[in-house]
Amino acid sequence: MGVLNVGRIEEGFVLDHIQAGRSMEIYKYLNLDKLDCTVAIIKNAKSNKMGLKDIIKIECSLDYIDLDVLGFIDHSITINIIKDNEIVEKRGLTLPKEIVNVIKCRNPRCITSIEQELDHIFVLTDPEKEVYRCKYCEEKYKKK
Amino acid sequence: MRHLMSPLDFTVEELDRLLDLANDIERNPEKYAHACAGKILATLFYEPSTRTRLSFESAMLRLGGQVLGFSNAASSSAAKGESVSDTIRMISCYADICAMRHNKEGAPMVASRVSGVPVINAGDGGHQHPTQTLTDLLTIRSLKGRLNRLTIGLCGDLKFGRTVHSLINALVRYDHISFVFISPEELRIPDYIREDVLDAKGVSYREVERLEDVMGSLDILYMTRVQRERFFNEEDYVRLKDFYILDKKKMKLAGPDMLVLHPLPRVNEISVEVDSDPRAAYFRQVQFGVYVRMALILTLLEVNI
Repeated sequence: MGVLNVGRIEEGFVLDHIQAGRSMEIYKYLNLDKLDCTVAIIKNAKSNKMGLKDIIKIECSLDYIDLDVLGFIDHSITINIIKDNEIVEKRGLTLPKEIVNVIKCRNPRCITSIEQELDHIFVLTDPEKEVYRCKYCEEKYKKK
Repeated sequence: MRHLMSPLDFTVEELDRLLDLANDIERNPEKYAHACAGKILATLFYEPSTRTRLSFESAMLRLGGQVLGFSNAASSSAAKGESVSDTIRMISCYADICAMRHNKEGAPMVASRVSGVPVINAGDGGHQHPTQTLTDLLTIRSLKGRLNRLTIGLCGDLKFGRTVHSLINALVRYDHISFVFISPEELRIPDYIREDVLDAKGVSYREVERLEDVMGSLDILYMTRVQRERFFNEEDYVRLKDFYILDKKKMKLAGPDMLVLHPLPRVNEISVEVDSDPRAAYFRQVQFGVYVRMALILTLLEVNI
């Protein structure tokens, strides 16, 4: 039986600077439960910058992750890409222009509430204020 | 192939061409009487709206085309549970262009994504009603001779009134426009219009509670109905519906060239005694609505006369 190593990973990536307490939400949105590789969630790690932070370590290729979804959830998260136990690249995130089937429109008057198998699409309408609006009814998405 | 979902789908230049065409239709109706011969307009009205539907039908018939459709969801296949996407695929086989009214916001856009024919949004819930805005713009431009240098008073339900929001969005694209918003506290213009549209574009506006205080400063007075269906509670509706009523006495305070517009139907917010005032333009506005829909059908069908 292999030993789970939460300290170092040989090949994969680390999602760093996650706001403390939000790692499980990210786990859910990125569908990490569907991955077969090692996933380690570290909650409330000490951070000079943030006080406390969460970290997720994933031992697989970055190709399996939807970076748009991650950018939408929190674009201040940094991604450290690891190869042969070393950080080979640090990557930032940007707000995606469009997100499909990640969040649902909550406007009861929106066509998405009744039309079957319709993609839920949100469009970035104000990058400065980070406003996303439903493509169909233009209702603003309010993050909880 | 183009659709019309929002009045902002057209650039200012495209809009000018559309309004020019509408004015030419007004002057030379016989020239266009057979322009759409052999073409069919489908009016898909999931929500009843006699005025808008008849205006579209009149427009197509006056172009020599024909119409088919339904006037409420109960008499359509939606009652059997058919999706908007499936309905429009079917309609694309029956008609050359379609006007859709739906109580769900964004339904016409869903239709436009799979439609084989141009789709016109004929009103989707509280969201958009672009042909009303085109009607308003044509009325103002035809009767005032311009769409810039205007002070426009908007009165009544400014919170839920989609015609008001669409008109503001359309008019801020022109120079030297200023607005006066006249409404009770409860029905004031929403924050997103104030911040994202007016403040963002540096458009001047003021908000007042009394119609009497501003009548003399307006070029246009756009009256709206306090709509029962936009309220969740009957008590609020009854309390607010009579708040702002335009009558002869208030009209005396207005300038000789001020125009009164209203998207209709009116309930009692404009007293019948105002109808005979030459400044009352709301019935002429209905006629302009037919001309602008004729121009829109010709434009989307790419028919050149």
